[in-house]
Amino acid sequence: MTFLIQQTLLYAIPLMIVALAGVFAERSGIINLALEGIMIFGAFIGVLFVNLVQQAGVFDAAKEANNWVALQGFELMAMVAAAIMGAVFSLLLSFASVNLKADQTIGGTALNLLAPALVLFFIRIIANQNTLQMASGDAASWFMIKKSFFGYGRNDEMGFFGSTFIDKTYIATYICILVFVILSILLYKTRFGLRLRSCGENPQAADSLGINVYKMRYAGTTISGALAGMGGFVYALTTANCASTGDVAGFGFLALAVMIFGNWKPLNIAGAALLFGLFKCVAASYSSIDINGDGIFLLAEAGISPHFYRMLPYLITLVVLAFTSKKSRAPKAEGIPYDKGRR
Amino acid sequence: MNQRLSQLWGRDGTKSVLASLISILIGMAVGGVIILIVGLANSTLGLNSAWEGIRLAFLGLFSTGRDASGALTFGFNPVNIGDMLFRATPLILTGLSVAVAFKTGLFNIGAPGQYLMGTAVTLMLALGIPSETVPPALIWLIAFLGGTLAGALWGCIPGLVKAFLNINEVLACIMTNWIAANLVTWVFDGSDFRNLVENTKSGYIYKTSFNNVETAKLGLDQIFPNSQVNGGIVVAIVIAILVWILMSKTTLGYQLKACGANRHAARYAGIADKRNIVLSMAIAGGLSGAGAALYYLSGNTEFFWSTYQTLPAIGFNGIPVALLAASNPIAVVFTGCFMSMLDIVGQQITNLTAYNEYITDVIIATIVYLSAFSLVIKMLLSGRKKRRAAAEEEENGELPGDGEETVSFGQDGEPAVLPGASEAEPAQGPEESAPSPEESSPGDEGEQPGKGGEKA
Repeated sequence: MTFLIQQTLLYAIPLMIVALAGVFAERSGIINLALEGIMIFGAFIGVLFVNLVQQAGVFDAAKEANNWVALQGFELMAMVAAAIMGAVFSLLLSFASVNLKADQTIGGTALNLLAPALVLFFIRIIANQNTLQMASGDAASWFMIKKSFFGYGRNDEMGFFGSTFIDKTYIATYICILVFVILSILLYKTRFGLRLRSCGENPQAADSLGINVYKMRYAGTTISGALAGMGGFVYALTTANCASTGDVAGFGFLALAVMIFGNWKPLNIAGAALLFGLFKCVAASYSSIDINGDGIFLLAEAGISPHFYRMLPYLITLVVLAFTSKKSRAPKAEGIPYDKGRR
Repeated sequence: MNQRLSQLWGRDGTKSVLASLISILIGMAVGGVIILIVGLANSTLGLNSAWEGIRLAFLGLFSTGRDASGALTFGFNPVNIGDMLFRATPLILTGLSVAVAFKTGLFNIGAPGQYLMGTAVTLMLALGIPSETVPPALIWLIAFLGGTLAGALWGCIPGLVKAFLNINEVLACIMTNWIAANLVTWVFDGSDFRNLVENTKSGYIYKTSFNNVETAKLGLDQIFPNSQVNGGIVVAIVIAILVWILMSKTTLGYQLKACGANRHAARYAGIADKRNIVLSMAIAGGLSGAGAALYYLSGNTEFFWSTYQTLPAIGFNGIPVALLAASNPIAVVFTGCFMSMLDIVGQQITNLTAYNEYITDVIIATIVYLSAFSLVIKMLLSGRKKRRAAAEEEENGELPGDGEETVSFGQDGEPAVLPGASEAEPAQGPEESAPSPEESSPGDEGEQPGKGGEKA
């Protein structure tokens, strides 16, 4: 059970934060199909940051002294770096769709093509192979929170709560949850959030009330880019051992599905992300999931092909969308370039 | 003569071609700049190697390797050109696939999945039917049609959910892509089609030539010796012409385009919009499947079956092919060749310099990015013309007339610009949101003279 919850969270948290990234863009009126590309780019920047800082030897002393607080700070810095560069990358999308009134779907697709191409081009030149990894050690030894940090010995029990939510976790997971809560409040309880949402529903009305629609759309897409970039790095850190390969296995698109399933509302999205995280977790580690702890690996012994489990998240997405799409209520003005002269 | 030129200049198709050419040039320039920056920033590469990389990026098709002194040499290279035609074959068809969907207002990002399904069925038929009893030519035909049909059926799924359940076809396409990738791996995992004879190739399916099935060369191997070219390129061009006839000369094509222009207006006019959406996706899927069939039936291509983590790039590259061609089926043939040329260029860059083939992907992505606002480029192109027309209007005190749009087609022998190009709108996405040139051009014409100046 502990294993199942931890694994589900590993997949659900990046999904959740990237789906929120989609919400910020779409609520401001921009379809951000580029989430996948921004994730790939953010993952690359984060891993590159970790790699370069390690090579510079900044945190070697902290690592030697087992100063885990400093290492957590290092992880946070990498997350911030990924977020900043994700935001910068997303400016390409906002420039095309706000200033040039370009087709947002094609602009997003262009970014999705551009990110892996750029990332792989640089990775090949930097690392002479198709994967960029940490310069030394692995994600678990550098960044994972372990029970030994809190004075527990190898055989000490932490209790269910401790062993599930503290031992062998990443601080990135909790930072993401915190950011998710803060930004959801920002979107719903502040003046800025209300203005942002109005630009996605009726930009003409918003403009008539003195709200700068272009600025708001830039803000929405930039926040979206920052979140997606951070989500990409968190994904690479927690599920891919802090390696960048120019690929996030369709997570950005799954996040879009989560967003639509969650009806563009943060709370629903959190629930949807957990559901999808569960399926993704089943797909990734069905052979080692022991649901009730009796030593029987039910899913592996059910005789179903592993290919079916891998297909499941996408299949479920399609089925779920089929059932919910009639009720879904997308922001009214999403995808429509705002033109002051039109009404 | 002068009038002829200005008529040609005024036509929408000409502007589409120019906008595409500008996109290509900017894309190549961005690639060159990135090579230059990397070369200068990296002490082991240096300016010389950056210059070599840039020259290859532009002229890689004519690269003939290095001479004895190590300098790059250029000239006619039949292997490169033959390979370009061979690789263009599937790209033309996936490009057509995306283009047909575009014309119906759909964004077919599901080409990779349809391509994979086409691959699987083609290979199973081509390898599964015994060539001792059935003539190979017949097997070829069955496998080709089977692959096409599989692609069409797979393309139906996003079409159906779009038409009847109102699911965004982009999302549905992406999900079906990954489902296809897993399904194909599942089908081939443990099957007899895996190549177990050559033990270095554990992850591959047999070439179809194991079963004596391969595409006829049609004498093309005489023109381009040692290259992979075969008759598939001819089939692809024929299909492109057929698609052009379908889209511009038949009622069905007109109905499809009407649905793309305005789905609700089309329904009001009595066109079955749901049926046409499904049909359009089926045609698009069939074209992608046919592309896969032609590629893998060539006899010397191998399919890596454990593909559940990757989608074929050929499917995605159909998008830039269609966008650059402004969704014109005939122009797709040329842009498909251009994209496969970039592929060859990437190969040359990897082989001859310290850079790698991903720079050509950057170029392609830049081109897609630019074609997203090709409308802006077109507007800039027509800005000068508009201003002149506005000035004349002021002088004569009469309307300049819609001379730009009403020029009858086919007056001049410009083969690359066919009537279809005028309806093609690269920036027209599925949301029916971007103002199409038909909407915006007349509006611009009628604008006040003072406003015309703001465009430039």
